[in-house]
Amino acid sequence: MSAAEAGIFVVGASLAGLRGAEALRRQGYAGPLTLVGDEPHLPYDRPPLSKHVLSGELDADGTALPHLVALDAQWRLGSKAVGLDRVAKRLRLASGDELAYDRLLIATGAQARPWPATDGPLPSGIHTLRGRDDAAALRSALAVGPNRVLIIGGGLIGCEAASSCRDLGLPVTVADPNPTPLARVLGSSIGAVITERMQAAGVDFRAGTQVEGFEADAAGRVCKARFAKGGEIETNLVIVALGATRDTAWLEAAGLMADETGLACDGACRALDARGRPAPGIYAAGDVARTPIPLYGGRSLAFEHWGNATAQAGHAARNMLAAEDDQREYHHLPSFWSSQFGVNIKCVGLAEGADTVAVVQGSRAAHRFLAVYGREGRTIAAVSFDEARWLPAYAERIEAGAAFPPILGATDQSIKDTGPPGFPEPRSR
Amino acid sequence: MTEPNRAGSLRVVVDLNRCQGYAQCCYAAPEQFALRGHEILFYDPMPPAEKRAEVVRAVQACPVRAISVDVEGLDPRAAF
Ligand SMILES: Cc1cc2nc3c(=O)[nH]c(=O)nc-3n(C[C@H](O)[C@H](O)[C@H](O)COP(=O)(O)OP(=O)(O)OC[C@H]3O[C@@H](n4cnc5c(N)ncnc54)[C@H](O)[C@@H]3O)c2cc1C
Ligand code: SF4
Repeated sequence: MSAAEAGIFVVGASLAGLRGAEALRRQGYAGPLTLVGDEPHLPYDRPPLSKHVLSGELDADGTALPHLVALDAQWRLGSKAVGLDRVAKRLRLASGDELAYDRLLIATGAQARPWPATDGPLPSGIHTLRGRDDAAALRSALAVGPNRVLIIGGGLIGCEAASSCRDLGLPVTVADPNPTPLARVLGSSIGAVITERMQAAGVDFRAGTQVEGFEADAAGRVCKARFAKGGEIETNLVIVALGATRDTAWLEAAGLMADETGLACDGACRALDARGRPAPGIYAAGDVARTPIPLYGGRSLAFEHWGNATAQAGHAARNMLAAEDDQREYHHLPSFWSSQFGVNIKCVGLAEGADTVAVVQGSRAAHRFLAVYGREGRTIAAVSFDEARWLPAYAERIEAGAAFPPILGATDQSIKDTGPPGFPEPRSR
Repeated sequence: MTEPNRAGSLRVVVDLNRCQGYAQCCYAAPEQFALRGHEILFYDPMPPAEKRAEVVRAVQACPVRAISVDVEGLDPRAAF
């Protein structure tokens, strides 16, 4: 089969893969289209997994994503891509099949960062949460009624899982090395509000606490976790929520610039080769893609946000079909939402790296507010806790690079509460 | 392929970045969309097919067009 007859391949059949494939069709691509996905499932939505699926309100197989156009595509589900030969334009699958492709959209997302390898085998009862099979396994484990759920890591997924476990009435401990939950995403000044919500919900939050290892019972099941600073805790169900990594090992021999922080791309979402030049016909989108973001000085960033996966997939698809001299830059204002402990959290911009945070609506004491982050006199991000209606106005100010704190004419804002945001030192890798 | 035994389900997703919590969808399709707390939108991503009219009403009622549903006429199983 010639490359042109092989058409476009989308590797990774989840949010970015599906929305990218749809964008290709919407923009007039009528050639052959194949989606290759490691998971055996049609694309489904992940955000509910740590929320309503864990709490039992939705089934793990109940979050399939709608198809917004008729795709007329070939689906190769349950097939992991294990190798890429850019010269021969062939994709190798775990089954041994080799498939010719013409152009490629890489949307292989991210994986849950596993518990660091130890010498012996890990005890059973230690979970991570990324996919719906993980969620189903956790659901069954939670249904047995663990004596205590230990969640390692107070990031977004750790906090949401803690909230869901409390909805189930289970005893929960969250251990995090930082002073508060969500310290890396929002800083500990705002994270302190989540500490209060956790306390009110009956979560045992252990600040400044790192888990060092586990002990297993005679059946090989986890029964205790040891803290690095001494002490231990009894638990028979552990959720490791230490963030995500990108499994780009399959691209190793392809000569692309890829590692666990993502596949490096240029501003047009074209994958870069090992020398930093765009690889012809290969694009990337979603959690796997690391692209320079103009709004943040061209820093090359990979996001783990739903909104980025959809927007970037559409953008990459557009460029994929456009001429060489019509490759548009991806302009993106990062944004995410989370819901936990009854609070709707929405964030626009990148708060990390801010030097000041100011509450401009509501109050932290009421757990209902909007806070704005500034860096060197410019507004870089905003977060709302149950105060979403004001957020779009601040999003505009952030995109415009407005001075900090931004002045919004129509609102009755008054800055009540300003100070350092309390971000931890960057992680050393 | 292990697709759920949900042949009759629609598929729905809400862009919760875009959603402003105005709750119009909850009036249009109260069994499918509900507001929790001050502004958390809870919805059923796979409502039964016979709820299509209500869901479509919710899609149209949403002032920020945050709700998406399968393209009309597409059999959710036809994706393979
Ligand atoms: C539990 C959870 C809760 C979340 N909650 C929120 C939220 O509230 N708000 C928010 O903004 N974001 C949230 N997110 C993030 C959001 O879901 C992701 O940003 C989004 O799923 C990214 O989509 P993606 O398609 O890029 O990657 P993924 O969804 O990770 O999909 C990648 C797909 O590629 C497949 N794949 C990987 N390697 C290969 C290979 N070699 N060959 C073939 N296929 C491969 C994988 O199996 C997977 O199906 C959450 C994520 C999780 C896990
Ligand atoms: S109508 Fe739209 S904006 Fe309002 S709650 Fe429903 S989805 Fe959100």
